[in-house]
Amino acid sequence: MLESLSVIKASLPYLLQGSLLTVGIVIGAMLFGLLLGLAGAVGLVYGNRLVQVVLDFYVWFFRGVPILVLLFLFYFGLFNYLGLNFTAFVSVIIILGMVTGAYQANIFRGAILSLPRGQFKAASALGMSDIQAIVTIILPQVLRISIPAWTNEFSIVLKDSALAFVIGAPEIMGRAQFIASRTYQHLAIYMTAGILYFFLTWIGVSALARLEKKIRIPGYSC
Amino acid sequence: MPQDVPVLSVKNITKSFSGVPILKGVSLELREGEIKILIGPSGGGKSTLLQCMNYLVAPDQGQIWLDGEEICITKKRDVYAYRRRVGMIFQDFNLFDHLTAIDNVAIALRKIKKISKKEALIRALKELEMVGLADKGHLYPAELSGGQKQRVAIARALAMDPEVLLLDEPTSALDPELIGEVIAVIRALANKGMTMILATHQIGLIRNLAHEILFMEQGLIVERGTPGELLSRGNPSRTQGFCDRLNELYDEN
Repeated sequence: MLESLSVIKASLPYLLQGSLLTVGIVIGAMLFGLLLGLAGAVGLVYGNRLVQVVLDFYVWFFRGVPILVLLFLFYFGLFNYLGLNFTAFVSVIIILGMVTGAYQANIFRGAILSLPRGQFKAASALGMSDIQAIVTIILPQVLRISIPAWTNEFSIVLKDSALAFVIGAPEIMGRAQFIASRTYQHLAIYMTAGILYFFLTWIGVSALARLEKKIRIPGYSC
Repeated sequence: MPQDVPVLSVKNITKSFSGVPILKGVSLELREGEIKILIGPSGGGKSTLLQCMNYLVAPDQGQIWLDGEEICITKKRDVYAYRRRVGMIFQDFNLFDHLTAIDNVAIALRKIKKISKKEALIRALKELEMVGLADKGHLYPAELSGGQKQRVAIARALAMDPEVLLLDEPTSALDPELIGEVIAVIRALANKGMTMILATHQIGLIRNLAHEILFMEQGLIVERGTPGELLSRGNPSRTQGFCDRLNELYDEN
């Protein structure tokens, strides 16, 4: 028991350093996914047939293949094949970003479809171009509506980021596994790792909940 | 007073939706300061006609003339430019839910006319004053009553200085107490000489404003005439019959 505590104490700074990397991966992947998701949703709703077919394929592919397979496929396969020397950190951001982008595209698509259609019409009637209407009228509302679902997506990506250890990114899980295999303190170390993930989720979810409250439209819901 | 060259005229507009003809060749003219009322049963094409007149729905065939110039749409940019000159009011207001009343009015000025934020807000306030809502500018649509929302929508359209205003059942979604305030705004616009065409079922409220009533049924204008001609007692016109039926309903209730 005492031994466990001292191992935790000794390895905590090392694990905390890993959590910085985890935070970096999650922020990078979520922002990349945000861009892909917004562009994807706009394309799925307003795009022509070709755009829709391409985006459908994108969404189906990244929703249908396990992240573990994608990590190996891209990091050891595609990136190597194309001669791209991405670090494990960058590779994980790209792949998790592509995966969450596919899910986020559907989150935002649902939000666009839930808006009263008349608002786009009214913007058009005033003389706004389609792009102006989407950027100034549709997306600001879509982003607000999507925060609860986006918060879920954040907590999922945060935990999926643990998979990064399989391609050698030294984030929380990678470091925990390294320590555990050396000290044989599996229970203590993985419990610490679990608690770190829990806290990161809690911080992120609380922050997003505050954001949701802050930009709520007065008079809308309660 | 009506002038000689119509502000807006449409000729032989046709429109089908998936093979079902909705407009079967409709023509009408609006002279400066003229007010026309479109009535007729639902599904008769009133809404589609108004939307074609604003190019929210592209007509299959026919011509549109604005200020004596034929509108030729070859690219999307032409549509945007045309719509800026023709204001549209909808039955369900369609305010932008994430913007305050004043920003609803100002946003098009800023994004389309590229006016500075400060000037856009000054202009927006002026338009809100005109519809009697100068003190509600800071409220969001969800905090406004239906009548107030429609008045903001009118202010929003007017801020673009349209040459014509198309109103698609502007009071149909309002309860009787709120209809009055919207009608008052429409009256004020009429007194200012705004050219308007209005689809409505509440003919009694505005018949004294109208220069002409157009009765639409099954995609065609089947009757047209001044309110005096069409609505005189005992007139066998389709319009009179339709309005009698409306009046009966009001009496029954």
